[in-house]
Amino acid sequence: MSSSSVAVVDYGMGNLHSVASALDKVGDGVKVIVTDCPDTILSADRVIFPGVGAIRDCMAELKSRGLDEVIQEVAAQKPMLGICLGMQALLENSEENGGVECLDILPGAVKFFGNDLHDSAGTRLKVPHMGWNNVAHSIEHPLWEGIANNSRFYFVHSYYVDAPDFVAGTADYGVQVHAALACENVFAVQFHPEKSGEAGLRLLRNFLNWDRPTASFFPVSD
Amino acid sequence: MALAKRIIPCLDVDKGRVVKGVNFVGIRDAGDPVEVAKRYNEQGADEITFLDITATHEGRETTVHTVEQIAAEVFIPLTVGGGIREIKDIRTMLNAGADKVGINSAAIHRPDFVKEAADRFGSQCIVIAIDAKRVADEADGRPRWEIFTHGGRKQTGINAVEWAIKMVENGAGEVLLTSMDGDGTKAGYDLALTRAISEAVPVPVIASGGVGNLDHMVAGIKEGLADAVLAASIFHFAEYTVPEAKAYMAARGIEVRL
Repeated sequence: MSSSSVAVVDYGMGNLHSVASALDKVGDGVKVIVTDCPDTILSADRVIFPGVGAIRDCMAELKSRGLDEVIQEVAAQKPMLGICLGMQALLENSEENGGVECLDILPGAVKFFGNDLHDSAGTRLKVPHMGWNNVAHSIEHPLWEGIANNSRFYFVHSYYVDAPDFVAGTADYGVQVHAALACENVFAVQFHPEKSGEAGLRLLRNFLNWDRPTASFFPVSD
Repeated sequence: MALAKRIIPCLDVDKGRVVKGVNFVGIRDAGDPVEVAKRYNEQGADEITFLDITATHEGRETTVHTVEQIAAEVFIPLTVGGGIREIKDIRTMLNAGADKVGINSAAIHRPDFVKEAADRFGSQCIVIAIDAKRVADEADGRPRWEIFTHGGRKQTGINAVEWAIKMVENGAGEVLLTSMDGDGTKAGYDLALTRAISEAVPVPVIASGGVGNLDHMVAGIKEGLADAVLAASIFHFAEYTVPEAKAYMAARGIEVRL
């Protein structure tokens, strides 16, 4: 792994510093490149697609830099980890900003928690969903290796993923949040592994060690 | 299984040192901020808040460097407040590795600042920091709290609950609520104030100011309805550790990250 590289996609949306320094921490010599250069991203061994903020700006920034197509290509080729907004952008569409078409790499939608969210006991839940919540593993996956089922990860989001086809992990917050998705060489998480202490660092280390499946059946849209 | 209530140690930092005073005077040295942050991270703190109380330009540069050092070693959320006056201050702190910034007096001078900041960086990283004190009751007998600035010396006439609502409407994603009556006194959070604001806004509220023992933290959550509790001196001077606080709260039925 020491000679491999990981590109962190920089499109002006987010805490790239945090992601990069967490990768430096666990990377054991892996080259961490924060970049918006399509060629650099496409030539990296693995790609992290992070993001915080609003989806409309996210999609606009991706398109203006030609990175929407780059992400499509990466998703069909090599291990990719989407984080938070970077996960949401992979889906078909989002309710945020009055409705935004996303990259349509994974089937599913991004929905608003609503202003009247309650838990099963009737207690009002605050939005954004901010803090440490349990993530239940839905499948076994190399990225969960060494992470106990129901470990807590740090979330901060007002819109949640509903993508039942490829669920890898769930969290409960008034609704069932699809907190992790896995499909071929793509893994995507709603929470922030770079801010989730030991469990998060382990997930990032697992990603850097993940031997990707060779085949892809992604419907890459054009 | 549910979202955990957060325990947030707070570092008041002046000229590169963690300090803690009582009602903003009588400062005591509590160590190197990077070492202190690492210690709390190792103890299982859920988040760290860093309040820069330095007034000088040189001090600000020290702060940025300190935030960078903390962010390189501590992989839990980091909020930085103090001296955030312009969009560029937010960008500087986020680039240094902060996840959220606390905006306080700049919002009082220019309420649209919070809106501009939230539009630019997202509500998730904009914390409205409110310093409030109880003042004479309303005409109908209900309690009234007002925003104070300048370390609690200057009364603004702004109703704290109304202010919290307005700032959240402007895009703040969280409220850091400090009772100036309680700050540094160890007499406990102002529970009525905490509850009034927590019930008034849809976003998470962090209770701050006055925690002296673990029962105060429990009350902040159970009676104040806070989503997170912030404390400084009880942790800095090793009266309690973060794990002790969490175990105590868990034993009283509060969901925490153990």
